[in-house]
Amino acid sequence: MSDVTIAAPAAAREETPFRRFVSEFMASKIAVGGLVVFTIIALLAIFAPWIAPQNPYDLAQLDIMDGRLEPGAVGGSGIVHWLGTDDQGRDMLSGIIYGLRISLTVGVGSALIACLVGASLGLLAAYAGGRTDSVIMRLVDLQLSFPTILAALMILAFLGKGIMNVVIALVIVEWAYYARTVRGSALVERRREYIEAAQCLALPTSRILFRHLLPNCLPPLIVVGTIQIARAIALEATLSFLGLGVPITEPSLGLLIANGYEYMLSGKYWISFYPGIALLITIVSINLMGDHLRDVLNPRLKK
Amino acid sequence: MTVYLLRRISQSFLVLVAMSMIVFIGVYAVGDPVEILISPDADQMERERAIQALGLDLPLWEQYGVFVWRALHGDLGRSFVYNEPALQLILQKMPATLELAFGSMFISVLIGLPLGMYAGLRPESPGSKMIMAGSILGFSLPTFWVGLMLIMVFAVQLGWLPSTGRGETAYFLGLQWSFLTANGLSHLIMPAINLALFKISLVIRLTRSGVRETMLMDYVKFARAKGLSPARVTFVHVFKNILIPVVTVVGLELGSTIAFSVVTESVFAWPGMGKLIIDSINVLDRPVIVAYLMIIVLMFITINLIVDLLYSALDPRVRLEGKA
Repeated sequence: MSDVTIAAPAAAREETPFRRFVSEFMASKIAVGGLVVFTIIALLAIFAPWIAPQNPYDLAQLDIMDGRLEPGAVGGSGIVHWLGTDDQGRDMLSGIIYGLRISLTVGVGSALIACLVGASLGLLAAYAGGRTDSVIMRLVDLQLSFPTILAALMILAFLGKGIMNVVIALVIVEWAYYARTVRGSALVERRREYIEAAQCLALPTSRILFRHLLPNCLPPLIVVGTIQIARAIALEATLSFLGLGVPITEPSLGLLIANGYEYMLSGKYWISFYPGIALLITIVSINLMGDHLRDVLNPRLKK
Repeated sequence: MTVYLLRRISQSFLVLVAMSMIVFIGVYAVGDPVEILISPDADQMERERAIQALGLDLPLWEQYGVFVWRALHGDLGRSFVYNEPALQLILQKMPATLELAFGSMFISVLIGLPLGMYAGLRPESPGSKMIMAGSILGFSLPTFWVGLMLIMVFAVQLGWLPSTGRGETAYFLGLQWSFLTANGLSHLIMPAINLALFKISLVIRLTRSGVRETMLMDYVKFARAKGLSPARVTFVHVFKNILIPVVTVVGLELGSTIAFSVVTESVFAWPGMGKLIIDSINVLDRPVIVAYLMIIVLMFITINLIVDLLYSALDPRVRLEGKA
C-alpha cells in the first residue's frame, strides 16, 4: 500500500534527461560508493583548517622533538598523532588533509582549464573544418604522441617549480584529450538538423557553438573529464615526488610521500605509507565514478 | 606506398625541426643563455671566451643555426657536473634504461597473458572478478608509491631483494648488462615489476576482451564441433589468435615504458637515462637536459614513424586515407 503512494507522485514527475541520468548513475552501488568517498575527501580538503588537529604550515605548532613518532603516539603538545609524525614533527594526518587540498586544487583546477581550452578548440575545429581543423588536429596528434610524463617534465624543466607552473604543465599536456573528444562528437552533431536550423536563423557563430553544439557534446566530455581529473592528480603527485612539482612549503600528497622516502629504508613506513593510501583512495574513487559514467552516458550501450 | 612513405618521413622531419626550435627557445630565449650554458663558477675571462665560443653574441636565428650544426655533429654541449660531453653521458646510461624497459615488458606479458586468458575464459568466476578489480587498481595505483611499498616489504622488512642500484653487471656486445649476473638480476626484478604494473593491467584487459571475442568465432566453434579437447582449442586456436594483437600493443608501448622509467629509476636509484635527467634538472645541469630532450624527441619521432609505417603496411585503409 505504501509503495503505491510513494510511486504515484514520482511517476507524475516529468522525466528529464538529467533525472534519468541521476537515476541511472545511482543504480550502481560501486559508482555511488565512489561518489560518497570522493565527496568526503573533497569536504575534508575544503574544511581542512577546521578538521585537521594541527596546522602543518605553522612552524610554531611544530616541535622537532616530536619528529618521526609512530602512529598513535602522543606528542609533546598533547595531540595524539593517529598516523604518526614526519621528521619535522608534523602530524601526518594534518599534513595529509592539507596535502589533499593542494592535490585536489591542482588536479581539478588544471582539468577544468584544460577542458575549457580543449573543448573550445575542439568545437572550433569541428565547426570551422578545413585548414583550422587540420592545424588544430595536427597539434593534438603531436601532443598525444608524446607520453604525458615526458611532456610535463620538459615544460617544468624550463619553467621551474611552483604550483602555477605545475598547473600550466598539466593544462598543456591534457587539453588535447578534450579537444579530440569534443571534435569527435561535434563532427557528428553539426550535421544534425537543429544546427542547420540555427544557421538559417542567422544566429551568431559563438551562440551556435556554445549554446547548441556544446551541450550536445557534453556526455563524452564529462566522461573524459572525470578520468582526466584522476590522471591529473596522479601526474601532479608523480611530478612532486620527482621534486619538479609543488614547492616544499606547500606539500601535496606526492611531496609528502617523497619526504618519507629516506626514512622508509630504516623501517619508518608511515611517513610515505599513509599519504599514498590517501592518494590511492582519491584516484580509485574518481576512476570508479568515471568507469560507470562511461556506461551510463554511452548511447551505444543504451537499449 | 612510396608517396605515403615520403610524406610521412617529411612530416616526421618537420616535427623534429619544430621540437628542436621549442627546445632551443626554451633554453636560449626564455632564460639567460649565459647563465644556462656557462658554469656559474666561471670567472669574467672564461665567461667572455665562452660567450664567443658559443656564439651568444650572434643574432638569434644564427644561433639556432649554430645549435643545429653542432647538434648534427653530435655536439650537444658538456655537462657541468660530470665534465663530459652530454650526448656521450646519456648514451652510456641508455643500456640500463632499455634493459629495464624490456624486462618490464617481458614481465607484463608473462603475468598479464595467463591472468587475462583465465578472466576471458571464465568471465563469471570470482577469480576473474578479482583479476579485473586488480586491473582497475593497477591503472589507479601511483607507480612511485607502489615502488616505495615494494622496497619497504621486500627489501626492508623481508630482506629478500636489494633496494637500489643495478648490482653486478657483465659485458655483452661491449655494453654492461645486469640481467646476465645473478646479483644484477636480483636488482632488476623489483624495478621491472614496478614499471610493468600498468602494462600488466593493460595486457589483462586486452587479452580478456580478445579471448571473449575469439571464443565466438566460427573457427573456434568448428574446432569444438570437431571434438578437439578444450585444452587444445584454448591453447592452440584461441591463444595463437590473441597473441598477435597483444604483442603488437605491448610493442607499441615501448616508448611510454621508456618515458615512465623516469619515475621507476628515481625510486630504485637505477642508473639509467631517467634518473640522469631528474638529477640534472635538480642541479640545473642544462646541457644534459637539452641533450636528453633532443634524444628523447628523436627517439619518439622514430618510434611513431615506425608504428605508423607498420600500421599502414598492415591496414591498407590508412594509406587510402593518406591519398584522399
